[in-house]
Amino acid sequence: MTWTWFHRLGSPPYVYALARRLTPWFGWSAALLMLAGLFGGLVLAPPDYQQGDGFRIIYVHAPTAWLSLMVYTWMGVAAAVGLIWRIKVAHAVAAACAPVGASFTAVALATGSLFGKPMWGTWWVWTPRLTSELLLLFLYLGYMGLRASFDDTQRADRASAVLAVVGIVNVPIVHYSVVWWNDLHQASSLTLAGKDTIATSMLGPLLVSLLGFTLYFGAILLVRLRAEILRRERSAAWIREALA
Amino acid sequence: MAQSPPPLTAPLAAARLVITRDLMLAFRRPEQLLHPLAFFALVATLFALALGPERATLRLIAPGVLWVAALLAALLALEFLFRDDSQDGTLEQYALSGQSLTWLLLGKTAAHWVLTGVPLALMAPLMGYTLGVPAAASLGIMLTVALGSLALSFIGSIGAALTLGARRGGVLLSILILPLAAPILIFGSRATELAIRGESYLAPMELLGSIVVLSFTLAPLAAAAAVRISLE
Amino acid sequence: MIQFHSWAEFWAMGKYAAYVWPSYALTGVVVLLNVAWARGLLRQARSEAQRRMALQEERT
Repeated sequence: MTWTWFHRLGSPPYVYALARRLTPWFGWSAALLMLAGLFGGLVLAPPDYQQGDGFRIIYVHAPTAWLSLMVYTWMGVAAAVGLIWRIKVAHAVAAACAPVGASFTAVALATGSLFGKPMWGTWWVWTPRLTSELLLLFLYLGYMGLRASFDDTQRADRASAVLAVVGIVNVPIVHYSVVWWNDLHQASSLTLAGKDTIATSMLGPLLVSLLGFTLYFGAILLVRLRAEILRRERSAAWIREALA
Repeated sequence: MAQSPPPLTAPLAAARLVITRDLMLAFRRPEQLLHPLAFFALVATLFALALGPERATLRLIAPGVLWVAALLAALLALEFLFRDDSQDGTLEQYALSGQSLTWLLLGKTAAHWVLTGVPLALMAPLMGYTLGVPAAASLGIMLTVALGSLALSFIGSIGAALTLGARRGGVLLSILILPLAAPILIFGSRATELAIRGESYLAPMELLGSIVVLSFTLAPLAAAAAVRISLE
Repeated sequence: MIQFHSWAEFWAMGKYAAYVWPSYALTGVVVLLNVAWARGLLRQARSEAQRRMALQEERT
């Protein structure tokens, strides 16, 4: 089992070139899937028995909520890798993730409110699911604030990495909050094992959207990562070639 | 003449030494300890003033007010957890000493709780009384605030270590701690509310207890990592 | 297949329009904003790096 691929991923020029090559693939497939999911969710899926056409919000709410958790997980893992193996590129990944994750957490909360008002009659309730998602937003903002408060990049990297790793405990709390507590927010309609509780005709666009948003995040991350690497590799020789 | 390095004392003994040192130093300058307590009283008083003298209203909001005030006071107190030792180089000596930094920080944080959390817990029933809480609930209030402030000290130590030497560390500390301290706030005020009503507060206390156990085992690890980072 | 029988129906979203369309609009705006933001950062980083290279070459 060769670990060459792992070591290569620690090399900024290699990662920069790889990111550059991969971005169009992620970007265009994301655009395609997101538009397909949009069309499917808005136009093709049948209205819900109870929630009518209002349930279509789920086609933006679920992917953005999924993104808010997934991005934090990537951020935490990258931070841990950077801390343990002292790989600078990993810290660059974590830094690139944060603003994206924060913005989509905010959107998840907002679309959730817009979903909740017609369905539950209120814009907000302090239930475990909503509260822990709000805390997730604060964790993102704290991470970005901590980074910004250090002038030295290395210290900023390592301090914020500790915070990211400590905060990872919130991710399973958000996810399992509807399982552990009686939450107003409905339980998961999708499970990895076992039966889904959502109708197939509604499920299709949802899965397409989820995949689309995931690839979209990949594309954004790759672009941001390139910017981060360029900023950090002050005057390395490989940059001249890369920019040509 | 080469000296052999000092023998490595057991981590627990090292922690105990740190606790003794911190307690002794604190008793030489007790004014520092009064600030958080004064702040606690002030915040609770402000709430009482703003919400009017109606006793029923005050009693209703008492658990929340007590806990918000306690949290804010604890945040204030966390600023001096590492400050003096980081300024005079003691923290650096701890890191270089060859002893387990995790255990040393565990000791420091425990001492910090004795100096800040315990007085807060003892004062809480008093502020509760001004908020219309019956005196019979005093013990319950003390126990719930004591346990919650213990968890707060440990979780707060991570934030304090991370913001060492950062610009505007105090404000940043509050922002960092908030998501991590929220469960403590939630369960703690729930426990205090039950205590005030005279009902059994065992369930939230157990949850608080598990948070305490988690935090005093894992927080010193994270705090030690953060301290090492700040010393680089 | 297509669930709506007219454009009017589509925009009305079964009386949920006030909730559905702001949700989609907000999501769309943030999606596009992130694209613009990321590309802007990359553009900025590239031009700064190019400027640094140019300065270096001037010195040598």
